[in-house]
Amino acid sequence: MTTSRRIAVVSAGLRQPSSTRLLADRLADAAGRQFTARDVDVDLRVVELREHAHDLTNHLLSGFPSTSLERAIEAVTTADGLIAVSPIFTASYSGLFKTFFDVVDADALDGMPVLLGATGGTERHSLALEHAMRPLFTYLHAIVVPTAVYAATSDWGAEGAGDGAGATAPTGLTRRIERGAREFAELVTGREPRQAADPFAVPTPFEQLLAEN
Amino acid sequence: MQFGIFTVGDVTTDPTTGRTPTEHERIKATVAIAKKAEEVGLDVFATGEHHNPPFIASAPTTTLAYIGAQTERIILSTATTLITTTDPVLIAENYAKLQHLTDGRVDLMMGRGNTGPVYPWFGKDIRDGIALAVENYALLHRLWREDVVDWQGRFRTPLQGFTSTPRPLDGVPPFVWHGSIRSPEIAEQAAYYGDGFFHNNIFWPMSHTKQMVNLYRRRFEHYGHGPADTAIVGLGGQVFMRPNSQDAIREFRPYFDVAPVYGHGPSLEEFMEQTPLTVGSPQQVIDRYAAMRDHVGHYQRQLFLMDHAGLPLDVVLEQIEILGTEVVPVLRREMAIGRPEHIPDAPTHASLVAAAGGARDTTVHAEDDVTGRTAENAAAENAEAAR
Repeated sequence: MTTSRRIAVVSAGLRQPSSTRLLADRLADAAGRQFTARDVDVDLRVVELREHAHDLTNHLLSGFPSTSLERAIEAVTTADGLIAVSPIFTASYSGLFKTFFDVVDADALDGMPVLLGATGGTERHSLALEHAMRPLFTYLHAIVVPTAVYAATSDWGAEGAGDGAGATAPTGLTRRIERGAREFAELVTGREPRQAADPFAVPTPFEQLLAEN
Repeated sequence: MQFGIFTVGDVTTDPTTGRTPTEHERIKATVAIAKKAEEVGLDVFATGEHHNPPFIASAPTTTLAYIGAQTERIILSTATTLITTTDPVLIAENYAKLQHLTDGRVDLMMGRGNTGPVYPWFGKDIRDGIALAVENYALLHRLWREDVVDWQGRFRTPLQGFTSTPRPLDGVPPFVWHGSIRSPEIAEQAAYYGDGFFHNNIFWPMSHTKQMVNLYRRRFEHYGHGPADTAIVGLGGQVFMRPNSQDAIREFRPYFDVAPVYGHGPSLEEFMEQTPLTVGSPQQVIDRYAAMRDHVGHYQRQLFLMDHAGLPLDVVLEQIEILGTEVVPVLRREMAIGRPEHIPDAPTHASLVAAAGGARDTTVHAEDDVTGRTAENAAAENAEAAR
């Protein structure tokens, strides 16, 4: 029997086209192949944060999201797994990336498998994935897959590890993408689809609130 | 249905003149605003409570009592009373006293408050916000209903043999609303007690308001207070009006653009689309607010925020005049159309007394420390002697 999972992709790239989005798409494609191999259908939702940049600032100031931002947030909070990719700016994820996760409910990602990716000008920034992005998602109680994928500008032109004769030879980047995608798909398919709790549908009974005092 | 205004008591610079009112001016303006509200036929004046600049909204019962002495009819309320950081014993005493002084023209809206430092300033922890609201209100509820209370809780010193004085006027505690923007627990609390629920939706989209009100209505019925559509619901609102809507927008925009809370954020147009803020002609305000019941069902109280963002007092008074004379009379008629017979009005002191089977004096007469005699003993002896 075919099952399905909802996968959200958040890309915080600023340019169009963006190498951050390119990495996000590569990760999503690789994950898609892994899900297909496991007979799992994927409902893929891509959130391009650039489109919500003004609404994110407005949300910080006014306290509520615009309709389109609310849809973007829901795409993430109702997903079974998340692929999150940011450019590395000044030793960490971009402010836009952080702002998005600042306005998502702090417990909305609890138990959600997350595959991380980051892009930057040189390889020197790659550990930002480990010292900045991973702790952010750990704080949110997400389950971050062990392999996080960094793509420096040079990675996009790197030669593969093969004999140089074919285009299919895997490079370091493509091997990391495949490995991260495999770990991510294993985690997502190994878990039941997430059920988002709706506090408005099932409130805590008042007797319980009184008793908790 | 009741219509009124509520104020948060902010001291804000008028961005068009650069002038900031003094605290004294703002406090006096609050009184003028409340008196104007009564003069133009509004039903409710509610003041907020804050304990930090730039607000003048501390000591709400002082303000309300002073207004009560200068008005005849308008209901005095709060938006909100900080049930988390205020001692429930003081709330019980202060508002029962206000009830007596104003002959019952009092109700209250409980709120948690969202100014972080206020909690530690009053010896509390914001992380206990919900628990404080639950425990403190449970005590307040008893203090108004039981003459002698023995009580012990987490957040305040225990009470043994405590009588809160004065006892509520005519034996009927003030009606209580619970205000919350985001917390389902508070809608649940209002439903549990069969109290009113007020959603201050002025900064929030209607979809969210609807969700909170629906939860309250459903749970009100669950707790046996009556059908969901008879639950007591109030909403916030925010308007600025001129005969010509373009004039209203032109005049209000400089205030909107730099206003506390939403200034420098969404555009006026975006904010008007997403929240109940309506800047335009009186007819546009009527159309917008007459449609509120389509979202939340027939409701009981509509409060408007009129004196914010640094608007000068003369403009605020003029706006209240337009609200009271051109908008509310029409809204009263509109809201009555198709309103089923069984939908109750918001409880008032008179209706609560009637529901309790009439007024009764509930004075608790103390025992004399030396003789052990009470006023009831004396009264009985006097009656005996007279025979």
